[in-house]
Amino acid sequence: MKHPTFRTDRDTMARVETRNLVKQFTASGAPAVNGISLQTTDGEFLVLLGPSGCGKTTLLRMIGGLEKPTSGDILIGDRVVNDLPPRARQIAMVFQSYALYPHMNVRNNISFPLKAAKLDKAAIEQKVQWASSILGIDQLLDRKPRQLSGGQRQRVALARALVREPNVFLLDEPLSNLDAQRRASARDELQVFQHEIGTTTIYVTHDQVEAMGLGDRIAVINDGTIRQLGTPHEIYEDPADTFVATFLGSPPMNLVERDGDLVGFRPEAVELVPPEHGDASSWLHLTLAEAREEYLGSEKLIYGEIDGVRVVARVHAGTPMPAHEGGKIPITVNRAALRIFDKDSGLRRQPASDSVSASPAEEASA
Amino acid sequence: MSATTTRDERYLMDRDRVLGPLFLLPAVVYILALVGLPLVLAVLYAFSDVTVADPRISGRDDFVGFDNFRAIWSDNVFRKALRNTVVFTLISQVIVLLLANILAMVLSADFHGKRLVRFLVLLPWTTPVALGVLGWFWMLDSVYSPIDWMMREVGLLGPDTPFGPARNMYWLGTTHLAQGAVILVHVWRTLPLATVILLAGLTAIPQDIRDAADIDGAGFWRQLFYIRLPLLLPIMAVALLFAIIFAFTDLTIALVLTRGGPVNDTQVLASWAYFKGIQGGNLAQGAAIALFLLPVLVAIAIAMLRLARRAGEETA
Ligand SMILES: Nc1ncnc2c1ncn2[C@@H]1O[C@H](COP(=O)(O)OP(=O)(O)O)[C@@H](O)[C@H]1O
Ligand SMILES: [Mg+2]
Repeated sequence: MKHPTFRTDRDTMARVETRNLVKQFTASGAPAVNGISLQTTDGEFLVLLGPSGCGKTTLLRMIGGLEKPTSGDILIGDRVVNDLPPRARQIAMVFQSYALYPHMNVRNNISFPLKAAKLDKAAIEQKVQWASSILGIDQLLDRKPRQLSGGQRQRVALARALVREPNVFLLDEPLSNLDAQRRASARDELQVFQHEIGTTTIYVTHDQVEAMGLGDRIAVINDGTIRQLGTPHEIYEDPADTFVATFLGSPPMNLVERDGDLVGFRPEAVELVPPEHGDASSWLHLTLAEAREEYLGSEKLIYGEIDGVRVVARVHAGTPMPAHEGGKIPITVNRAALRIFDKDSGLRRQPASDSVSASPAEEASA
Repeated sequence: MSATTTRDERYLMDRDRVLGPLFLLPAVVYILALVGLPLVLAVLYAFSDVTVADPRISGRDDFVGFDNFRAIWSDNVFRKALRNTVVFTLISQVIVLLLANILAMVLSADFHGKRLVRFLVLLPWTTPVALGVLGWFWMLDSVYSPIDWMMREVGLLGPDTPFGPARNMYWLGTTHLAQGAVILVHVWRTLPLATVILLAGLTAIPQDIRDAADIDGAGFWRQLFYIRLPLLLPIMAVALLFAIIFAFTDLTIALVLTRGGPVNDTQVLASWAYFKGIQGGNLAQGAAIALFLLPVLVAIAIAMLRLARRAGEETA
């Protein structure tokens, strides 16, 4: 992609903030969004990550003004926008389906928001050129959406969002309709693109790889509440609870019960060859039952069980399987890599670092 | 059992080559008997000299070429009927299209009692035509019209009033009012179907598209003219096709409401074919009048289907 000069004379940089946002669709059912408070910084790329149905889209649509919150406040650039219609919020949104206007060609799709803003013809043409060259779609301006590939449609949707020079981008799983290969390159482009234009972006996905790769920070959401808000590193290394621990990473963190607590460790923290001087004070020794291996090329996964719980280890493909009797192999994990969780609440004990945590318990007391 | 019998042909239900034609047969018979045969007869009649008294075509000398067409063309009433058919259809369909769009928009919005209103809108369509038209016949009665009564009550009709001094409007007795009445009943009759079709079309526009238009800052009118109506175009063509064909071929309204009167001013091709062919006994000319509609209808149908397909490709 080419990147011509960007306009940087933005009059307002925008922070997005939600305060105790709740959305209840039906009077009886559980709320889709259940008291979410979060705050972006200027120009941040914030990812909302969570399983399907956890309320990500609902949260995004409330920020965009397409859905009215049941309670709570939405602030954009320090202004409460609860009662503003979408068009007054200075936001642009890219939908999962792209929502291109099927009867208009690419040029008219991109210029639609500009015409609605009653810009003059020359300015519209100039902006369309600008946005379409950034996204590398200037050759496609006369095509109809149905004549475009998935990746091209996604770029047109981005261009349509970009021309308005919004204060905030809202993106709802914009890559989920692309094939795996295209998705990886689109992810990369999207990141470069966002860093260059520097617009605050809220990005919804259920794909942890996307979230880890794109986000300045990630908000992990489950059942309409934020389980943890932090950098990808914090989220991965210091999960606030067992949900976050097992939602991220593939395979996810192992959780085994020890002394009434849940002890978590990542598959890559497992050592097959017992380290020399591996004393029990700094190493945890475990026995993996019914071990079997899965060769994946650069690495291999060792599956097994500890106390009837499935455990996975990830080691270099060259690592030899230790001699085992009846499928039992000894494994060791450095205690520094252990994460201890309360067995009942699933919450993290003794957080190892100052990771920003927004666990439900803290939310409730806030 | 012989070894050559293949397993899957042992049961009747497994034999596609038998079942296919068998299941198609009723439809084929139906179309041949009720559509094909009358059409062939109509064509034969239109080129012959048959009457109700002598409906047989026995030999070459019963065929008269284009005589019937020449005869009806030179008939003033026929020309009036032709003009009325076209004018009534056009005017009523323009009104229907306009109202149906508005109604569909209103009904697609969320409000209390939406189901009831939708049901009421659809009601005229569920009423048998003849019954509905009889209702209008009474509404527009020359003496007992409730509309006249209301107009008298509010001081619009009667001595020294804007529409006076007569105490009745004689809706069906004066040329323009009678023509207006026929158009009104056409609108009343086709509006529900058109509305429901458009409503379905509106509902089919993805929520994301409307949301995108909201986000893009398009107000009501911009969304209406640049998003909704263009996306509705294909389905509007379908609704129009139906409505035009109904209006074009409708016999009941003219027959029951005005009997073509006053002085043939509301005569349409269908009613004129009926009066001429069945009541007047001139089967051949009646058939010729009725056939006059055929090429027009075929042309309309082809044009509309083309339009619908093209618009459908646009949105696909
Ligand atoms: N318009 C709606 N009416 C009723 N329930 C809804 C509506 N939109 C979403 N929901 C419900 O709210 C929950 C969250 O949905 P959503 O925000 O779309 O989840 P996500 O985007 O994380 O997959 C789901 O249980 C969904 O069924
Ligand atoms: Mg979603």
